[in-house]
Amino acid sequence: MAGLPSRHRSLFLLIGVVLLQVLLLAVQIKQDSQGRLIRVWTVSAVSPVERSGAWGVGKIRDAWRHYFALSDTARQNEQLRRENGELKLEIMQLQGKSAEADRLAALLKFKEKQNKVPMVAARVIGSSADPNSNVIYIDQGQRDGIRKNMGVITPEGVVGKVMESFRDTSQVLVLTDRDSGVGAMIADSRIQSPVGGTGEPLLNMKYVGNDDEVAVGSRVVTSGMDRIFPKDLPVGVITQVKPGGQYKQIRVKPSANLEKLEEVIVLLTTDPLVLKQEPAALPDSSAKPVPPAGTSLPPPNAAANAGRTSDTRP
Amino acid sequence: MNETYDLRAGESHIEVHKFHGGTILLSLLIAVILQSFLPVYVSKAGILDLPLLVTVYFGLSRRNPSTGLLLGTIIGLLQDSLSKTPLGLFGIAKTIIGYLASSIGARLDTEHPLARFALTAAFFALHQGIVILIQKLLLAQPQPWFTMRLLVACIVNATLGVFIYYLLDRLRKS
Repeated sequence: MAGLPSRHRSLFLLIGVVLLQVLLLAVQIKQDSQGRLIRVWTVSAVSPVERSGAWGVGKIRDAWRHYFALSDTARQNEQLRRENGELKLEIMQLQGKSAEADRLAALLKFKEKQNKVPMVAARVIGSSADPNSNVIYIDQGQRDGIRKNMGVITPEGVVGKVMESFRDTSQVLVLTDRDSGVGAMIADSRIQSPVGGTGEPLLNMKYVGNDDEVAVGSRVVTSGMDRIFPKDLPVGVITQVKPGGQYKQIRVKPSANLEKLEEVIVLLTTDPLVLKQEPAALPDSSAKPVPPAGTSLPPPNAAANAGRTSDTRP
Repeated sequence: MNETYDLRAGESHIEVHKFHGGTILLSLLIAVILQSFLPVYVSKAGILDLPLLVTVYFGLSRRNPSTGLLLGTIIGLLQDSLSKTPLGLFGIAKTIIGYLASSIGARLDTEHPLARFALTAAFFALHQGIVILIQKLLLAQPQPWFTMRLLVACIVNATLGVFIYYLLDRLRKS
């Protein structure tokens, strides 16, 4: 190498580094491993920063709202401004707390109604570094009982499944990812077909024959056939039906707001589950509003505490 | 090694830029962390590829192919380890981009914003091409070569790149 011109040296280095990485890929494919050790190191190094970031964003949001409340009231006279400012601040804080309480109450209510299903609440702290995949990181891991292939939901519907769990963090494959899928069926007709991600906001219902009757607006729920999710959890609503070659082309809008996830529930079992058959426990996405964008985050441990205090794991 | 100098004095007069200690490492870490963190709060930020922008910038600025490709390897593997992709997918793509950016940076003056926009767009397209090729050939995961999202992402990343490069220029040693 020493006798080679610099240009050739770097070319040889390029070929060597690329070949090494091809080998690394080959080893991972052959052994079906995903370089877990390196991932554990990286996630362990990055997740504290993400946790701090999530906490900081909540604080900045609050401060931002308070700033606008104060600058708005500055236009009024001194006395009214002071009173108004205080009242507005109070309302803002109460609204923030109310929105947060609504979200946590929805999680808690869902958990209480499904008290036979072990589950834990978690907060979303990060997403994939790959722009082409839909993966999120949550602030609960192996220490909280989370294992690979556990289902992840919100009270509104299915979110995805755990791909990898680390000590205090887990990686969740969101339903909209191309590699994601869930055993599903149409709620009214009970026609079964997997629903998968397309890399876009809408999902795809894959194997419904052209002869089957499918109406736009029909609800899609889990079938329980994937042995990850209990039966009858909301997956989404059919928004488009087109005849295809062999199967219909059906697009499904997810029930859960998958683009704006802040808190989720992890089902702490990979055994088949049966969900309690109560309509109230399965709120329709149209009836149950998703957490409003811009509402303040709960305190750093709120979601975790909510999960731990009512955790019904054995 | 401490000062800016001409790469080939008397030939092209293209400068190799040096940065303050830790700048490259810090920029690299910030890019990877932001890439993972931003989309949680701004879903549209998922279209960005900040690690690629950092790889291209330091490749173009340092103009040393060996440094460029190793930087690309590190940032690509970091990105892989924070994704669901097998380790090496982004590693290989960014290694090649790092090498090419450094090689092109050593031959062309890449300081003009238009040149930077065009190069970043080209590197983004090439990066996607390499990723899709690896997914097709090595991972048996067929992906479409072209989508509207990719086109939008290409333009957005190239535009953002021009601004980020301007900010990173401030960190150069004068």
